[in-house]
Amino acid sequence: MPALRVGLFVTCLVDLIRPRIGFAALELLEAAGCEVVVPPTQTCCGQPGWNSGDRASARSLAERVIAEFEGFDYVVAPSGSCTGMIKRHYLKVFAGEGAWLARAEALAAKTFELTDFLASVIGLERVPGRYSGSITYHDSCAGLRELGIREQPRALLAKMPGVHLIEMKDAETCCGFGGTFSIKFGDISAAMAQTKCERIRASGAQAVVLGDLGCMLNIEGRLRRSGDETTRVLHVAEVLTAGT
Amino acid sequence: MQFASIHFKQRAAGALANERLQGNLRRFGSGFADKRTAAREAYGADAFEQLREASAAIRDRALSDLDAWLLRFELEATRRGTTVIWAEDADEACARALEICARHGLKKAIKSKSMLSEEAALNAALAAAGVQPIETDLGEYILQLADEPPSHIIAPAIHKDLGEVSELFARHHGSAPTDDIARMTREARDVLRTHFLSADLGVSGGNFLVAETGSVAIVTNEGNGRMVTTLPRVHVAITGIEKVIATLEDLSTLNRILARSATGQEISNYFSILTGPKRADDTEGPEHNYVILVDNGRTRFIGGELREMLRCIRCGACMNHCPVYQTVGGHSYGWVYPGPMGSVLTPVFQGLENALDLPQAATLCGACHVACPVKIPLPELLRTLREMQLERRLRPWGERAAFAAWAFTATRPRLYAWMTRVAARVLKGMGGRKGRIARLPLAGHGWTLGRDFPAPEGRTFRELYRAGVRRKA
Repeated sequence: MPALRVGLFVTCLVDLIRPRIGFAALELLEAAGCEVVVPPTQTCCGQPGWNSGDRASARSLAERVIAEFEGFDYVVAPSGSCTGMIKRHYLKVFAGEGAWLARAEALAAKTFELTDFLASVIGLERVPGRYSGSITYHDSCAGLRELGIREQPRALLAKMPGVHLIEMKDAETCCGFGGTFSIKFGDISAAMAQTKCERIRASGAQAVVLGDLGCMLNIEGRLRRSGDETTRVLHVAEVLTAGT
Repeated sequence: MQFASIHFKQRAAGALANERLQGNLRRFGSGFADKRTAAREAYGADAFEQLREASAAIRDRALSDLDAWLLRFELEATRRGTTVIWAEDADEACARALEICARHGLKKAIKSKSMLSEEAALNAALAAAGVQPIETDLGEYILQLADEPPSHIIAPAIHKDLGEVSELFARHHGSAPTDDIARMTREARDVLRTHFLSADLGVSGGNFLVAETGSVAIVTNEGNGRMVTTLPRVHVAITGIEKVIATLEDLSTLNRILARSATGQEISNYFSILTGPKRADDTEGPEHNYVILVDNGRTRFIGGELREMLRCIRCGACMNHCPVYQTVGGHSYGWVYPGPMGSVLTPVFQGLENALDLPQAATLCGACHVACPVKIPLPELLRTLREMQLERRLRPWGERAAFAAWAFTATRPRLYAWMTRVAARVLKGMGGRKGRIARLPLAGHGWTLGRDFPAPEGRTFRELYRAGVRRKA
């Protein structure tokens, strides 16, 4: 069987702020036996505009993403939030438009969040990384509630003998990021992040692991501001490729 | 209540700075949500999901022919001796209620919880006309003493702690302050008992209106609702037109999901189906029975992009599951309905331009949508309201310009690549040795008020990939 051709949608946040998450995703997909292609002109999925009610900008970006990625067998992103945009919300962006809607549906059907792809589509047996330490897992909202991602990252992490998972209380409660919400309502957002940080610390885990960079920046930013210099904040792809 | 939704930001800031309130909100925490989860599991998760599906369908069926079901309700209720009155808005609802008071010479009204009476500011209207309103739901009674609006639709005084209620009771009841809850409840009961027995008007809301029998169904936990609807000689139920459902069978389905979603109870302590006034052979009940059906903005939802909102059965699950509500409390929202449901209802009832922050003050985390017993897609409705705000140019020009600039750049990959390369370097520089930024300029200021911003690595992924990098550093 020829290798699956997978288009890696890096996401705009990873591209700008944490390229290493993108490379970790790339490594995982290759470890899964995929032929990975990174379309060089990719930018943003359009979610910031869509969530803010700016249908026009969301649409112009969605058209680009569809054109760039519809040729692959699968499209994978290291983010539940961006995947949710493509998989769920593009259908609303193009609602009632025959040709574009059909293309959006086709793309949605083959687009997956990274851990969902590895655990559900590939059934990855061996995880390349080696990690040793206690972690707690934060379920990011879009991945959890739009895509049903809960067991997938835990199943992959469970394949790493050194990983000791301690569940925190309210792991499924929003960290307060919410995209532009974090800027427009900075005080409320930070207070929500504070609650999340308290839960993380109460778990006693050395690191909080999650699947979305937005939540990572929010949680790490609040941990450091509140004087916690030690709790690590890691993308699940970083843990799954640690030490490679 | 005084409408103040336009000041959400300031009110939320006040709530965040109020340590006592923060303590009370934390104590409330996920209490109701945990109870709902337990009730859902006890019912069977799959069966519960089917129940949600059925409940949404029941509400949609009624709402898709709202006019027909309302007329059927009027016909059946009238046939059984109830007087049905229609009110287009809050003022008309109050005026009709006052007419009833004048007709029967009523002087004292005991009330069970009604959010519509809050919407219509009925208490103020009654008082101004010389009819003394007495709230008899314990939470509402506490708030009437405190002269405060409710902060939650089913637990109106959830923002208050024992000490505050104790002080309030001591002041108003002239008793010694106590932290003995049973004693405080007994005190309230003693005070209310006199009112129950001396009132000539009972005002209630209505959880559901059953079209096929012309009945008003009321769900309560304290028994006060039963006193209000049976003891005084006149009973007025005041409720929104969207509360109508077709049949008693529908009622039994919705009643299975309402209390479970609200408080995690299988059924509320009291559940009344009120049909007509006291009949010749009845031992109790009001001599006269009215239902005031109020629109007050509800018809604006019909047939529009926000129509699913009318399904709402006022259980409060959305606010119980809302992390924003739990952080800033109900009063921040500035009107009768807080939390996600309020952030959809208020802009429509009061005008989009008068509640600008409400649709924005959500992370769209989806917890409300998942918990909603009638599957209202609240995050999508909030997003739609944001779209309406933009269309009506109600967002600040800076924000609109920022999105236009973002779209312009992100649809031009070469420009985008260049700009992100610059941004990655500048931000990394700002992050310094610790790799984090304590103060961002412009809009980013909102972020760094309470958080650092982790600085970028310095080069973009695409630039590294183009340079042949394939593995993380």
